[in-house]
Amino acid sequence: MPEAVLDRAHEDVHKTQPWNNPDAVPYIRFENVTKKFGDFYAVDDVSLDIYRHELFALLGGSGCGKTTLLRMLAGFEEPTSGKIFIDGVDMAGVPAYERPTNMMFQSYALFPHMSVEQNVAFGLVQDGVSRAEIKEQVADMLALVQMTKFAKRKPHQLSGGQRQRVALARSLVKRPKVLLLDEPLGALDKKLREQTQFELVNIQEKVGTTFVMVTHDQEEAMTMASRIAVMNEGVINQIGTPFELYEYPNSRYTANFLGQVNLIEGVLVDDDEKYAVIKSDEANCDIYIDHAVQGHEGMTFWVALRPERLRLTKDAPEDTKYNCLSGKVEEIGYLGGISTYHVRLETGKRIKVTEPNSTRQIEPRYTWEDSVWVSWEAGAASVLNK
Amino acid sequence: MSSDKLTIKQKFDRWMIKHGRVLVIGIPYFWLFLFFLVPFLIVLKISFSMAEYAQPPYSALFAWIDEGVTITLNFGNYLFLLSDSLYATAYLNSIRIAAISTIITLLIGYPMAYGIARARGSMRSVLLMLVILPFWTSFLIRVYAWIGILDREGLINAFLMWTGIITEPLIMRQTEFAVYVGIVYTYLPFMILPLYSTLEKMDISLIEAAMDLGCKPWQAFVKVTLPLSLPGILAGSLLVFIPAVGEFVIPELLGGPNTLMIGRTLWNEFFANRDWPIASAVAIAMLIFLVVPIMWFQHIQTKQEEREQ
Repeated sequence: MPEAVLDRAHEDVHKTQPWNNPDAVPYIRFENVTKKFGDFYAVDDVSLDIYRHELFALLGGSGCGKTTLLRMLAGFEEPTSGKIFIDGVDMAGVPAYERPTNMMFQSYALFPHMSVEQNVAFGLVQDGVSRAEIKEQVADMLALVQMTKFAKRKPHQLSGGQRQRVALARSLVKRPKVLLLDEPLGALDKKLREQTQFELVNIQEKVGTTFVMVTHDQEEAMTMASRIAVMNEGVINQIGTPFELYEYPNSRYTANFLGQVNLIEGVLVDDDEKYAVIKSDEANCDIYIDHAVQGHEGMTFWVALRPERLRLTKDAPEDTKYNCLSGKVEEIGYLGGISTYHVRLETGKRIKVTEPNSTRQIEPRYTWEDSVWVSWEAGAASVLNK
Repeated sequence: MSSDKLTIKQKFDRWMIKHGRVLVIGIPYFWLFLFFLVPFLIVLKISFSMAEYAQPPYSALFAWIDEGVTITLNFGNYLFLLSDSLYATAYLNSIRIAAISTIITLLIGYPMAYGIARARGSMRSVLLMLVILPFWTSFLIRVYAWIGILDREGLINAFLMWTGIITEPLIMRQTEFAVYVGIVYTYLPFMILPLYSTLEKMDISLIEAAMDLGCKPWQAFVKVTLPLSLPGILAGSLLVFIPAVGEFVIPELLGGPNTLMIGRTLWNEFFANRDWPIASAVAIAMLIFLVVPIMWFQHIQTKQEEREQ
């Protein structure tokens, strides 16, 4: 990780970023956990520490092992090998009904034969809590998720968003040490999802429970999570805050998964302590990087360029030696706030550029087949070796 | 397009769109009317007549007297059913045997249906196939097979004698036990299939949710699986109970002389006594007995459907 990030990180780490405090004790710990289904490695030797009060997201495509990891935490699956600790206690052999975790299911799994109230009270009734106390706690929970009005309804009389709230209330009412959320917003439509993301974060801050969430939606993960683990094929690709993952991805996979990125393949031709130059045949240009690259000359690298960090101009920039491509506008996407352009280079490679439409325009700035230049600052790119 | 330019096919299509619905629903209803309702009405008619030594062996209900139709309704058959305790005993016995058989079938069928519903995809269809497989053989042959199994010299006795567990053969055939075996065996698929279809539809994550909230597996079963499979339990139970009440072949072949069931009584009245009116009255009374639970079931089901909407 570059020094600039580390410097900033050291300032007020220990409270807000326990993962950067070497003395902090993790609340949840996966130790070399592997889960095999037959010959298939769903989770392959994963070690992971999650700290108290975190809202931790496991992010990845379908079949990457994120859900299996969550289910092992809940006690629905036992690891084939490795250990899982919650608050220092080894969870091996502890059945789901004795774990200090509660889960919010992707399908919500509300009991269809019970009212909202009965659903929320279910866990408390099971624990033999007194009737008066159940009534009070259920009322508190329903108030927290703003579902008091619907207490007597059955799940099928609720909308998707309301069901989601009931599911949340039901899983929080037992005050678990860890709340597990399996695609918590996956069943909601886009508008409602965005609104609920913040609500969920607010509730998490209010109750202070440690949340572990599984999602395939990078935007959801970035909006909500304190840290994200990007998973692929049963292994964790990278762990970090949304900021770290976006700005300093460690691989093409992470760079691609979080946000959009142009990847340009090239060979390291000049490596200095302060800068590096990568020559790309794919884009037919030389790329100047403002920091040193770990590797030797002749090695293949991928330069990751975020579309919003690229400049699009009609005239050639002053210096066309480095970080400069020319091509033709092939596709235009006008999204109101921003426009996206696909620029086809002479080599055939396509580069995606997004530009904010910060002023009102009389007519679109570029049109199809316009000859344009794409350029960027030396600090805009990150260099990846895998 | 004007109507005189329509081809025959287009005319047919238009006619079908207009009347197809009536046609599709009408044909099976006509069939049921012809082969169910009409025979039923004939039986109903006979139940109100009197036995006669004639051909047919009952009095006419309608008669031309003085150029007018006279209807003579005879409720005597029904009164006779009430006066002779034989019929009441037969009815009660049938209901008792059917009820006990239904409970046994449920106790055996539920775990089977549950197991099938939770089995892996390919295994599931094999298991379902095995449940349905006995239907490929005639029901009568299968009941006869049980004679061979339960008989004094049957398979079970032969095996137990061979192992030396018993020295005297067990009397199993011609007992009520054999009737239970026969009914449970025959009607088990009718219990399993509706149970399977409700259990299979159930979301497994509901059970996981219950366990997650602190239920041990058996508690999750009692609090979630069982209440949610209630429609299946009801459907299966009625599918077993209703035919079991009127069962004739199984008590006749496997039951003893003391196994008094209404189906046998009916048969006796009809063929042995040749008292068609009494036999018809027995049949109508049985029908009324059964219609009540069927209507109740329908009512429950409609309510269930309304709730699911």
